[in-house]
Amino acid sequence: MTTHSNAVRATLRDEIDFLISSGASQAARARLAELWREENGVASAAFVTSRFERLREQLALRPYRLTILRSFTVEPAVPLLRATAFLSAIDLAVRVGDFNAYAQEILDDGSWLYHSETDAVVLAVRTAEIAPDLWQSFTDLSPQEVEAATHRVADSLAQWIRAFRQRSQAPLIVHNLEQTSQPAIGVLDAQAANSQTAAIQSVNENLRRVAAEHRGVYVLDYDGLIARHGRLRWRDEQKWLTARMPIAAGQLVHLSNEWMRFLAPLTGKIAKALVVDLDNTLWGGVIGEDGITGIKCDSEYPGAAYQAMQRAMLDLAKRGILLAICSKNNPDDALEALTTHPGMLLRPKHFAAMRINWLDKAQNLRDIASELNIGIDSLAFVDDNPVERESVRAALPEVTVIELPDDPMEYANSLRDSPVFERLSLSAEDQQRTTYYVEQRERNDAERSFQSKEDFYRFLQQEAEVAPLSRASLGRIAQLTQKTNQFNLTTRRYTEQQIAERAETRGWQVNSIRVRDRFGDYGLVGLAITRDDGDTCEIDTFLLSCRVIGRTVETALLSHLAERAKARGCRRLSGWFLPTKKNAPARDFYAQHGFTLEAEGQDGTEWTFDLQEGEIACPEWIRLNVLTGVQN
Amino acid sequence: MTSTAFEQVRAIASDLFVVPAQEITSNSSPETIPAWDSTQHLIFVMALEEQFQVRLSPEEIEQMTNIGAIARVLDSRPKNAPE
Repeated sequence: MTTHSNAVRATLRDEIDFLISSGASQAARARLAELWREENGVASAAFVTSRFERLREQLALRPYRLTILRSFTVEPAVPLLRATAFLSAIDLAVRVGDFNAYAQEILDDGSWLYHSETDAVVLAVRTAEIAPDLWQSFTDLSPQEVEAATHRVADSLAQWIRAFRQRSQAPLIVHNLEQTSQPAIGVLDAQAANSQTAAIQSVNENLRRVAAEHRGVYVLDYDGLIARHGRLRWRDEQKWLTARMPIAAGQLVHLSNEWMRFLAPLTGKIAKALVVDLDNTLWGGVIGEDGITGIKCDSEYPGAAYQAMQRAMLDLAKRGILLAICSKNNPDDALEALTTHPGMLLRPKHFAAMRINWLDKAQNLRDIASELNIGIDSLAFVDDNPVERESVRAALPEVTVIELPDDPMEYANSLRDSPVFERLSLSAEDQQRTTYYVEQRERNDAERSFQSKEDFYRFLQQEAEVAPLSRASLGRIAQLTQKTNQFNLTTRRYTEQQIAERAETRGWQVNSIRVRDRFGDYGLVGLAITRDDGDTCEIDTFLLSCRVIGRTVETALLSHLAERAKARGCRRLSGWFLPTKKNAPARDFYAQHGFTLEAEGQDGTEWTFDLQEGEIACPEWIRLNVLTGVQN
Repeated sequence: MTSTAFEQVRAIASDLFVVPAQEITSNSSPETIPAWDSTQHLIFVMALEEQFQVRLSPEEIEQMTNIGAIARVLDSRPKNAPE
C-alpha cells in the first residue's frame, strides 16, 4: 500500500466527488478503481463504499447478500470486502451474526438466519474459541483426551454444516482451523506421537471430508491464509483481549481478499480467458530486439520469473481458463520463439486465440472476445507495460486488468492471487476446454468448404443425448446457469442446491444435453428446466453453451421438451424471453420455432406453443438419444 | 503547538464517517459525529494503525477521545518502519 501525501489524497477524492455530482458515473467508477489500487486500506474502503452507494443507481451492479457467522470481531474487514466487491460490480450487503452466537444461529430453526434472505453464508470460527483445550492448554491433556477433543471439534463442525444444509440452500463457506505459531511442546511437536499440530490438522482433514459430502459447502483455508502472510504478523493479541479483534490492522485486507476469492465465482464475476502480452510478460526481454537467444525464460534468474508466470498460466488453463496472446510484435518472430525456445512451458497449442500485430490492444481484445465467443467482460488482461494497462482500462472498463508489481519474480503470484480465476468446482468440460476450441477451429474451417448449412450439418454427424439431472451432471448444470450469457432465454442463475431442489419438486424437470460430432465431444452443453402448471409446461430455463450455437442443437432439445410435455398430457408449452445486454442470440428462438407472442411485460416477452396443433421436429441431421433414469 | 498528524487523522475520519474534512475540528468526538459509534471507533483505530504503520496500545487507545487527542497520541509516536 502506498501512502499518499495529504494533498494528492484530497485531490483524487475531490475529483471523484466532483465527477459524481456532475453525473459522470463511469468516470467516477474508473477513478475509484484507481484510488483502490493505490490505497486499499480500512479508511479508503469507507470512502469507496460511501461513493459507490451514491453511484449504485447509475451503475449496473449485481446485488448480493452475504451473512457472516463468527466467533470474533469481523466488522473492520467488512468495508474492505464491500469496497472490493463494488469494484467488481457487486453491490454487497453484509449481515454479521451476533458475537459468538453462531451455534444457536445455525441450530435453531427459528433463527433469523433462516428467516432472512441471504445468498451465501460464511462461518468464521477460530481454533481458540471452538477448541480452547487444543489451543491453550494442550499439555494438560492426555493422548486420549487429545483424541476426544479432536473428535468433539470435528463433530461439532460436521453437525453445524449438516444442520445448516438441512435448513438452507445457500452456499456455505467454512473457515478451517488455524495452527498455533508456537506449539506447546516446542520443536518436538513435529515428531511427537501426541502433537498439537497433528491434532488441529486432523480436525481440518475431517472438515475437508465433510465439505465434500455436502453440496455447496466450501472450505476457506484460514490456516493457509495466515501462514501465507506470517502467523506472528497476523495476530494482534492486545486487540483480541480488549476488543475481540484478533487480526492486525494491516492484515485485514488479506482476509477480505480471501473472502472475495469465493464471492467472485459465486457471483459469476469471473474471467473465462486470460489474454497475455509477450515481451517482458511471457518472457524476459524483447524478441524483436534481443532475438531468440537473447530473451529470458529458463530455470535460472532472471528467466525463472517468466517460467513461473507460464507455469501459473498452465495451471489456470487446467481450470478451464482459455489463454490468448495480444502482443505488438512481428508474428513470425514471436511464433518462432514460442515454438522453438527450449525454456517455454507454453506452446502455440496452448493458446485459443492470438493477435500478434501492431494494432491497438483494445481492438485486439474485442476481436479475441468475438473469436472465442465470450463477452468482453469475461476477459482478463495482463501486460507488464503500465501504459498498455491504462489504455485498456480506459477503452474497455469491463476487462479485468491484472496489476503487476515492478519485480517480475512476483508476476506469477499476481495471477494466482486474482479472484477472477477462482472456480468452486471443476467439471470434466473445464479441464478439456482448450481442446474444444482447437476442435472448433477445425469445424469452422470445414464449414467454409460447404455450399449449404444443411450439407455441413449432415457432414458433422451430430449426436445428442438428453438426460435427466444426475449427481454427476449437477455441478456442470449449475455452472452453465451461472456462466451462460448469450444463448440463455431467462438468464436465471442457480446454485447446485437450487437445481437439486427443483429436480426433486413435483412437476419440475431438469434435462441436460450432451453433443458430439465427427470432430470431437462437446460435452454437456445445454439444459432446460421446465415446470408443469396444469396443462401448461412452462420453460423456466433454456440455455446452450456458446460452443454449440448455430448447430441446431437448440431445436433438438426443444423437440424433446415438446414431446415429453405432450406425453405427460400438457396442451401447451410456454416460456419467457427476458432480454439482457448479452442474450440477443436467443431473442428470436421462440418465434423461429412457431411460438405465438402471448404477452409483453416489463422484463420481457411471453411465448406459447400449442402442442395439439403443431409439432416441433428434431432436425434430421441430429441423432437424438434419450436417457431415462432415476433423477438423483 | 502544531500537530503533524492532525491533517492525516482528519482525512481518515472524513473517509470513515463520511463527513467533509473541513467540518472536522480537534474537538470533534463521538458526541459531535453521529457515525462515530463503538464499532466505528475500533475501525478508526485500525485505520490509523494501518496508515501510520504503528500498533496502538490499549492505554493509548483509551486517551483517544477526540480528534485532537488522537493527533497528540500519534505525534508522540515515532513512525515505525513498515511491518
